[in-house]
Amino acid sequence: MRRQEDPTLLRGTATFVADLTVPRMVEAVVVRSMYAHARIDAIDTMATSSLSGVVAVITAADLPEGVGPIPMRLSSSPELVQALQHPLARDRVRYVGEPIAVIVAQSRYLAEDAASTLRVDYSPLPAMASVDTAMASAPLFEGLTANHVYHRHHQKGLGSEAVAAAPRRLKMHFSIQRHTGMPLETRGLLAVPEAERLTVYGPTKVVFFNRRLLSDLLKVPLEHIHYVEVAVGGGFGIRGEFYPEDYLIPFLAQRLQTPVRWIEDRMEHFQAANHSREQHHEVEVGFDDMGHVMGLADHIWVDTGAYIRTHGVTVPELTQAMLPGPYDWAALDTELHVVLTNKTPTGTYRGPGRFEGTFVRERLMDSIAATLHLDPLVVRQRNLLQATQLPYSNGLKALGHEVELDSGNYPAALLRASNLMESETISQRKSEALHTGHLRGLGFAFVVEKSGLGPYEDARLVLQDDGTVACFTGLADLGQGTGTMLATVVSKELGVDRDRIHVIYGDTDRVAEGFGTFASRGTVVGGSAAYLASAELKRRIVAVLSDVIGNGAKMVMHPSGIKVSGRTRTVSYREVLHRAETQKVPLDVTQRFTATAMTYPYGVHACEVDVSPETGAVHIVRYGVVYDVGKAINLDMVRDQIMGGVAQGIGGAVLEQLVYDETGQLQTGTFMDYLIPGMCEVPDIEVVVTEDAPAPSNPMGVKGAGEGGAVGVAPALANAIADAISAPPEAFTTLPIRPQDILRWIRLGLEHRPRGDEAE
Amino acid sequence: MKPCAFQLYTPSTLEDALEALWELTEEGRSVKVLAGGQSLIPVLNMRLATPDVLIDLNELDSDLNFISPDTNHIKIGALTRHYQLETSPLISKNVPIITEAERLIGHVAIRSRGTLGGSLAHADPSAELPLVASLLNARMTLQSKHATRTIPAAEFFLAYLMTSMEPTEILTEITIPTLPGRSGQSIQEFALRHGDFAIAVAGAQVTMDEDGCISDARLTLGGVGGTPLDMSASLAPLVGSRPLPEDIERLMKEICQDLEPDGDIHADSAYRKDLAITLSTRALVDGLQKVKDS
Ligand SMILES: Cc1cc2nc3c(=O)[nH]c(=O)nc-3n(C[C@H](O)[C@H](O)[C@H](O)COP(=O)(O)OP(=O)(O)OC[C@H]3O[C@@H](n4cnc5c(N)ncnc54)[C@H](O)[C@@H]3O)c2cc1C
Repeated sequence: MRRQEDPTLLRGTATFVADLTVPRMVEAVVVRSMYAHARIDAIDTMATSSLSGVVAVITAADLPEGVGPIPMRLSSSPELVQALQHPLARDRVRYVGEPIAVIVAQSRYLAEDAASTLRVDYSPLPAMASVDTAMASAPLFEGLTANHVYHRHHQKGLGSEAVAAAPRRLKMHFSIQRHTGMPLETRGLLAVPEAERLTVYGPTKVVFFNRRLLSDLLKVPLEHIHYVEVAVGGGFGIRGEFYPEDYLIPFLAQRLQTPVRWIEDRMEHFQAANHSREQHHEVEVGFDDMGHVMGLADHIWVDTGAYIRTHGVTVPELTQAMLPGPYDWAALDTELHVVLTNKTPTGTYRGPGRFEGTFVRERLMDSIAATLHLDPLVVRQRNLLQATQLPYSNGLKALGHEVELDSGNYPAALLRASNLMESETISQRKSEALHTGHLRGLGFAFVVEKSGLGPYEDARLVLQDDGTVACFTGLADLGQGTGTMLATVVSKELGVDRDRIHVIYGDTDRVAEGFGTFASRGTVVGGSAAYLASAELKRRIVAVLSDVIGNGAKMVMHPSGIKVSGRTRTVSYREVLHRAETQKVPLDVTQRFTATAMTYPYGVHACEVDVSPETGAVHIVRYGVVYDVGKAINLDMVRDQIMGGVAQGIGGAVLEQLVYDETGQLQTGTFMDYLIPGMCEVPDIEVVVTEDAPAPSNPMGVKGAGEGGAVGVAPALANAIADAISAPPEAFTTLPIRPQDILRWIRLGLEHRPRGDEAE
Repeated sequence: MKPCAFQLYTPSTLEDALEALWELTEEGRSVKVLAGGQSLIPVLNMRLATPDVLIDLNELDSDLNFISPDTNHIKIGALTRHYQLETSPLISKNVPIITEAERLIGHVAIRSRGTLGGSLAHADPSAELPLVASLLNARMTLQSKHATRTIPAAEFFLAYLMTSMEPTEILTEITIPTLPGRSGQSIQEFALRHGDFAIAVAGAQVTMDEDGCISDARLTLGGVGGTPLDMSASLAPLVGSRPLPEDIERLMKEICQDLEPDGDIHADSAYRKDLAITLSTRALVDGLQKVKDS
């Protein structure tokens, strides 16, 4: 199905923030810390300010008294408040890339020239570039007693006692590397002051929240701030949060009374935008000889970076809450440890927390299978929750909601994936591959996702006199196709061509409220609101035309007017609106959908790989995803979401990593070293979208589709590689998995494997 | 990521370019010549280099963009673009390893701008063309306003990103021997992604005598040292024999023993060494196979 958004994007005529220029516009460059940890003794702005073309140089000293740190948007917790970030560092910097000053000049070139003249006197302090160092060091902030800022313990059943009592146990250490979203387009803002108002172009994702926050920080009335979304080259969770620049640029525009634009460059992006994913898990799992799991204990260590940003501890809490996945654990004992270090602060990235937890859990399932010499599919089948056990609460909370797996048929999904990948005949394909000198392997990973976070979303529909319908939403669009999705819902419910539904979003003068596009919530919450509004609008139209329609007749909304079955005359929209007015039934409808619970899509990732025994190179032969979204509004868009997610998942599984050295310098700060997958690294992805388990908590039964594509890739690939090279249970617990690691396990296997084992 | 201010000079003859390079250098100004810009422009944007003047060679096609065969060798102008080499029938017939090498360089966009001269002058130790130049002992013609000299590749590549070019010199022409009779060439590399600079790369050329024994064998390795490493001298045991792939692999293990490549975040030292063995074996075996096939 065609997307409304695509023609302008594909023709290159979409407007991004860097395409906007306005008269008198000046450009800003943010000067950032070169040190991971240092005292700022002095900043001398004199020489810089006097350079020609420089309009302003500001440091923390120039900010209004009492302006304040950027608060948490989600998962706020009192102990974390001490570690919030101020827009500019005052006397201490805590990561490479921390904003220290902003230079505004007539052009970006001049601003960069000026930036290199700014004198900052630092006294370097010891850097804490790892959790271990941070645990042994003095706290980063006054008011904290340790860098270990957050702890949450959860126990179910006998907890770790159940693990200790199990007949078999596996103890493993997992590491998920720091990496993050890399939108095609970096961040950017243009702030334009007009009289007492300030228009800001470039916000996205959570526009209304950010606007409120800006009005608080600038201490100006909310109505004076006008946010406008423009086209966005991808968000992935990291873009659209409130960052220091989201205060600094509007502040400068207001202070200078001239339009100020800031476009983040790629090297800045690597240091300034949220990082994500870095976790270490110390896991012990107990099971029996049949592979039934009996208990899971996990210490989750999280390197959260130098400050707590808007997400609070959302990411690790999601890991903890979603770790149990689709299995029936009698006992759980998980401890979350969040630790501050001298690295870029972290936040959410597509599938936050679940990418990490799914890797741990699903690799663990294969390790159990390898220990027992069982088929990993069999071990999974033996532990999956049965359809009849749902709804099933795992006793944990995610984003303030108790995790209650609402609906699903997990065994059916696994079976479907197994059939899709023809796992019955894998041994035949293995021997064929061997003839061409390759080691073939097949791996699976089960994914349970969450979606549809509240609190609510409104949809307003207005029937126009030409028969088109305007649909107002508070959702944002960062490339997901929000407009197409809403138009599809409304079109289906009203029976109006999709092209005749005009979705209006992204302008706080035209839409009053919204909670934004994140956490796979757009279709579930905003789509449901549009569904309710469509039903209500239809009901009102029918009411208005009741004398024409009569009992049992059907109405169809044609472009020229409303046709009623059994009658020849069509009623024009002008007439409909006129009747509505005289009957005092407004055909301008707003409906709210309030989410009472989250809803849980699920599925299986599967891949077949060829591994080169000479280089350790991995070639993905087939990649399949079976994914249940309850009900798909637009099948193609669901598939595309899954594919894009898989591409990013491949990056996280085998390529991407934000590496720091022990002094806290980022080693992979350009695309030369930070390797994202390209066309050639992403195989064809076979997506099977199922609708086995509609969500009980919303009228259309939909579940979100945004993140499930990313979260299952690492374990599916790791399991496939492990299968290909007959790796021992303890292999491949560190991401990314690089050819050199694979070759090492191949060589180890050759050394230790008894002769003749291959024939087995 | 905007470059510092620089002056741009766009000469329309080689003479003017050499003159300008000489004069400006004499004046003590820092000068860079600009070819395809695929390596230089990012360096400027990141302000890793801040030259006062750029001399743009891109108007010098008539002087510096050519592929002309001669007896036993082929002369290539420094400004010849990667894609021109990649698609030239003259090249694929006379120096087939260049055609193979070009397909491994970056992506189409990079190959349509980047040049042979730029690749050699940039001297990245894992780049394909410096490796090929070393393997075939290509000769580099360096011109300044007052002199022209021609030196072999072995004297051109000094260290990591460093050549023996003087600041007043421009690389103008590369002379490469053509494929001898009964010979095969092969380049084999390993990169983490398609089009990346290689982690390790091996180039080989093997020549057979009439009896099917090896009469000459050459091998160069990239990505395992600061410059392309010429391993040809260690291939003596192969000469006069008809080695099987296992024999070649055994010898490669032996001769790669003493390599001490630097590790980095993408590949540690041991893995690079391992790759060197695998890739050099593949290159020699493939080279031999090509002789047999022809
Ligand atoms: C994404 C990407 C991937 C790439 N992948 C590869 C790869 O896999 N393998 C590979 O080999 N290369 C790769 N490259 C580099 C590419 O091959 C460049 O073309 C090459 O390195 C430089 O050639 P250029 O003509 O662009 O030179 P420029 O960038 O213009 O110049 C490079 C340097 O050489 C100097 N120079 C240029 N011409 C001359 C001359 N005639 N005389 C004296 N000095 C000169 C310049 O002053 C400068 O110092 C890649 C580049 C990019 C951007």
